[in-house]
Amino acid sequence: MAQYLLSVYQPVGPAPAPEILEPIMQDLEALNREMKAAGVWVFAAGLHPTDTATVVRQQGTGVLITDGPFAETKEHLGGFTVIEAEDLDAALGWAGKLSRATTLPIEVRPVQH
Amino acid sequence: MTRDAAPALPPEPAGAPVAETEIARVFRQEYGRAVAVLTRVLGDIDAAEDAVQDAFTLAVQRWPSAGTPPSPAGWIITTARNSAIDRLRREAGRLDKQLKATLLQAARSPALRTPEEQVITELSREGTVDDDRLRLIFTCCHPALAANIQVALTLRLLGGLTTAEIAHAFLVPETTMAQRLVRAKAKIRDARIPYRVPHGVDLPARLQPVLAVVYLIFNEGYSSSSAGSFTREELCREAIRLGRLLAALLPDEPEVAGLLALMLLTESRRGARESGGALVLLADQDRRLWDRALIAEGQALVRQCLRRNQPGPYQLQAAINAVHSDAADAAATDWRQILRLYDQLLEVAPGPVVALNRAVALAELEGPAPALRLADELGLEGYHLFHAVRADFLARLGRADEAAGAYSSALHLAGNAADREFLEARLRDARLGDGRSPNAGPVPGETAGGADAG
Repeated sequence: MAQYLLSVYQPVGPAPAPEILEPIMQDLEALNREMKAAGVWVFAAGLHPTDTATVVRQQGTGVLITDGPFAETKEHLGGFTVIEAEDLDAALGWAGKLSRATTLPIEVRPVQH
Repeated sequence: MTRDAAPALPPEPAGAPVAETEIARVFRQEYGRAVAVLTRVLGDIDAAEDAVQDAFTLAVQRWPSAGTPPSPAGWIITTARNSAIDRLRREAGRLDKQLKATLLQAARSPALRTPEEQVITELSREGTVDDDRLRLIFTCCHPALAANIQVALTLRLLGGLTTAEIAHAFLVPETTMAQRLVRAKAKIRDARIPYRVPHGVDLPARLQPVLAVVYLIFNEGYSSSSAGSFTREELCREAIRLGRLLAALLPDEPEVAGLLALMLLTESRRGARESGGALVLLADQDRRLWDRALIAEGQALVRQCLRRNQPGPYQLQAAINAVHSDAADAAATDWRQILRLYDQLLEVAPGPVVALNRAVALAELEGPAPALRLADELGLEGYHLFHAVRADFLARLGRADEAAGAYSSALHLAGNAADREFLEARLRDARLGDGRSPNAGPVPGETAGGADAG
């Protein structure tokens, strides 16, 4: 078994209208339940927009704190799910479901262990 | 042979040189099998490759004096397995934690303890070992790996080509290719790309990249601009070998048979398609140079596919090539049948390149004017063969100036020396106002198959 980080990439900008967002959130909840029932779910979270982000970097003996996301990009990390799966094919299967539920692209990366 | 005839040459040294070619032959034939088996047993491709390399190094030392063992493949696999265990003991302290764990587990597994006799029995029994090779192909061609990586990995692990040979064939520096292979193998290990043949509903989709890789290898060998002719022939042979393997292992997949037939029928014309470094068009080829055995094999496969009646792009391209192979000379070509097959091909694999090839067939039936109108709607201005086809239509319509212009455009875009040679000659003809024979298909790649016209 290995763990995989499934990152949800979403475009920068205002959240979709409630009538679009609502069914997506329901699908997501259903998928989370399905993952838990299958014993693959480890952790999942949605994130606040990137304008709530703060970057901290070590500088000399102190730290430098700056406003904003680490990288200014058109798409950013909107949320993630960590799953436990037998191999990449199994992880890709769950990522496909997550992509269908969120209607967004998912990046799959193995967790070092 | 008389005793008093003075020997002109020193006697052949017994042993060494013979054994070395023998080892090279065994290497090419058995490397993929050995790596596939060892990958299953060890659970790690790098460890498998190292072990198989060790075994061949030992073979080079031993076989010349001890003789080739009765089952070279069995010897290689058993020796590689033992070497993996030795390596594990020797390097235990230095090995990566994860790799050590997999190797330790493997060392305890019964598969690693099977005696040589059993390995040989397993090898002679079709099944297990071939399944290993099939697993390895699907790992190498996993969609999580980039297409160029899939090709390189397949050639390295299943074909036993060296990194230098692969780099040479694909025109990249050896260090670049080496890095690509290392990264790909790391991804297979770290992301746990499975070593498994996909089944059921997953198989058709996962088979696509496998067939694409084999066909890419073939086309690289058949039409590559770059590599020397030796490497090119080797690539074609390797692709056909992989195609045969797939056809034997997946007898129920009609596209697998279709791909093999397509490669065999294309390869059958190798001896006739080049003269003095320039391409010879299908219509102008000396058909006595075609390889009849390959044609017979390819056509039998095509007939099998027709009976199964589940057409797909490879099968249809093979069928088109089979129609060409049937014609005693260019004039006898059944263009109506070819056009019908292109109509079908356009349905299952729509695309401008297929449409362009269909236009070529149409020109033979209805003349160049309607074919030119069709071609001009395709939006293929960046494709050198589009201009070559247009140029041919224009020349046949007696529009010599426009034809010369189109040949120049084609020449400007063509990358490959034989294509350029061909186009330059055509350009000279066009400038002289030579209309060319009406049946000479204008596509330099001479294959009538859609995407491979190059």
